[in-house]
Amino acid sequence: MIHAATKGAEASGDSPLATDKAGDPILELRDISLSFGGVAAIKDVSFDILEGEIRAIIGPNGAGKSSILNVISGFYVPQEGRIVYRGARRPSLKPYQVARQGIARTFQSIALFEGMSVLDNVMTGRINHMRSGLLSQALWRGRAEREEVENRKFCEGIIDFLEIQHIRKTRVAQLPYGLKKRVELARALASEPKLLLLDEPMAGMSVEEKEDMCRFILYVNDEIGTTIALIEHDMGVVMDLSDRVVVMDYGRKIGDGSPDEIRNNQAVIDAYLGVVHD
Amino acid sequence: MDNLIFAAEVFVNGLMAGVLYSLVAIGFVLIYKASGIFNYAQGVMALFSALTLVGLMNGQVPFGHLINAIFGTQVHHFGWHLPAIVAIVLTMGVMVALAWIVQRVIFRHLINQEPIILFMATIGLAYFMEGLGDMMWGADIKKLDIGLPQGINTGIDSFTADLFGYGFFIDNLDIVATFIAAGLVVVLVAFSHYTKQGRAMRAVADDHQAALSVGVSLNFIWILVWSVAGFVALVAGIMWGTKSGVQFSLSLIALKALPVLMLGGFTSIPGAIVGGLIIGIGEKLFEFSVGPIIGGATENWFAYVLALIFLVFRPQGLFGERIIERV
Ligand SMILES: Nc1ncnc2c1ncn2[C@@H]1O[C@H](COP(=O)(O)OP(=O)(O)OP(=O)(O)O)[C@@H](O)[C@H]1O
Ligand SMILES: [Mg+2]
Repeated sequence: MIHAATKGAEASGDSPLATDKAGDPILELRDISLSFGGVAAIKDVSFDILEGEIRAIIGPNGAGKSSILNVISGFYVPQEGRIVYRGARRPSLKPYQVARQGIARTFQSIALFEGMSVLDNVMTGRINHMRSGLLSQALWRGRAEREEVENRKFCEGIIDFLEIQHIRKTRVAQLPYGLKKRVELARALASEPKLLLLDEPMAGMSVEEKEDMCRFILYVNDEIGTTIALIEHDMGVVMDLSDRVVVMDYGRKIGDGSPDEIRNNQAVIDAYLGVVHD
Repeated sequence: MDNLIFAAEVFVNGLMAGVLYSLVAIGFVLIYKASGIFNYAQGVMALFSALTLVGLMNGQVPFGHLINAIFGTQVHHFGWHLPAIVAIVLTMGVMVALAWIVQRVIFRHLINQEPIILFMATIGLAYFMEGLGDMMWGADIKKLDIGLPQGINTGIDSFTADLFGYGFFIDNLDIVATFIAAGLVVVLVAFSHYTKQGRAMRAVADDHQAALSVGVSLNFIWILVWSVAGFVALVAGIMWGTKSGVQFSLSLIALKALPVLMLGGFTSIPGAIVGGLIIGIGEKLFEFSVGPIIGGATENWFAYVLALIFLVFRPQGLFGERIIERV
């Protein structure tokens, strides 16, 4: 497992870190194109995500960022291009198959089980770690119960870590937006993903909530070693968190590099930074 | 006083009838929650499973009539009689196969369609299955006896006779049916809360996109849910078939389940149970008390009128979630 040497959890904003933890690519997109009817959402985009890094995807509204995550997680099927996952070309998979390969995600417009408690939501994240099926459940009660207890303990651990113990029995529908985002992260973490995809994990949050979320993301990356790809609009956050950045505009990739390189890339400044008012 | 005692007997009998309504309604709720499909064919599934069960037990040759017509043969029976338990297991296998076919052939092609289209598809399915049941097993009324106790319960009869001077007539079959139905509900609840598949089922019922993202196959869950609904239909089919013979009017229970659902809400299993019991008891008591005054036969319409009243005052049913439009 590769760990970042040092990454400033304190939000200084002007000391982005160099990529010094680069492993092999865990995922590569090659010449991906995707369109909806006449609308081209992704045009011939290639980039990779390295084992152990935090990879940010930025760009103006409608640039195709979410579409990229949807392609990676199998929700969208690109018309062209290839995906290489952990060294092997990945055939076209259904979203649930992608999830079973160890890619977890959150959604820009939260997708939680609103009718369930926080704990139950997090527990669904472990569905594919539960081996006891219908039959073994009936035949070997002991093993099934042990497994249930272990899974529950694991989820309680994540819930503690994300500081949502106080709402673990609360129905998700009753939670405010910021906490829902946290529950969604908890559920994604519960599956112990190899690659974690976060679609605007901090959108619409207060400053304190954002700081908490940054802290959690850094911890997951540093201490658990999870590779993360995230979409974020807040440039300060992106510069602090990420090892490398992909910049999208109108479906194309217009920049790719360390936060420093991106900040000084003229094409990016023209196309993107000019558009964002922060 | 006498009237009260009669009413108590009617009440108990209504409770038993209600159990069967509840069973069919539970089948509806299961499928509706997981897939948003209002399954008009649930009643026919009960009929079909009961037909299959009788046919297998009697060693009847499926499609016998058709085979004989085409090949000029005279085959009707295999000449064996299967024990009830074996026939039940085989019938369950048929219901699972049916679930798979329904998902594979019909609903896989109707993903993201309007609810009304899905509903129409289930109407088509209902008539197809009715025809299929007819072709496979014939249209005659069949006796179903898997060994459930039947006839007046003498214990209750003599107990109430001692107590009130009037013996209640409670059918043993109704008592057994109630216990089986209660057991079935316990099993369903345990299944949905304590197994991996049950958890996945609840996940799909709550949010398709979120379920996909945690690695649940919608297709598998839908087949599973149709299978479970098939199992519930089989239980209902056995009770109803034992009580009044396996006949095609069985499929009409589906229509009685509709008012049950309006009372209980389309998304609530407890609602389906309570709704079924209310309708069962309500229609018997109403017939008993008001029926004689207005000329009887109130059981035909009571349930629907009650449901209508409910629709006006509590459209989401007793247990359904209130839907508030976001503006
Ligand atoms: N399911 C869809 N059907 C039709 N068009 C779509 C669909 N998803 C995305 N698009 C289109 O693809 C383009 C890229 O959308 P996408 O959601 O990927 O942008 P984004 O970069 O995530 O934007 P935002 O910052 O607003 O979230 C947009 O023009 C969008 O309208
Ligand atoms: Mg987006």
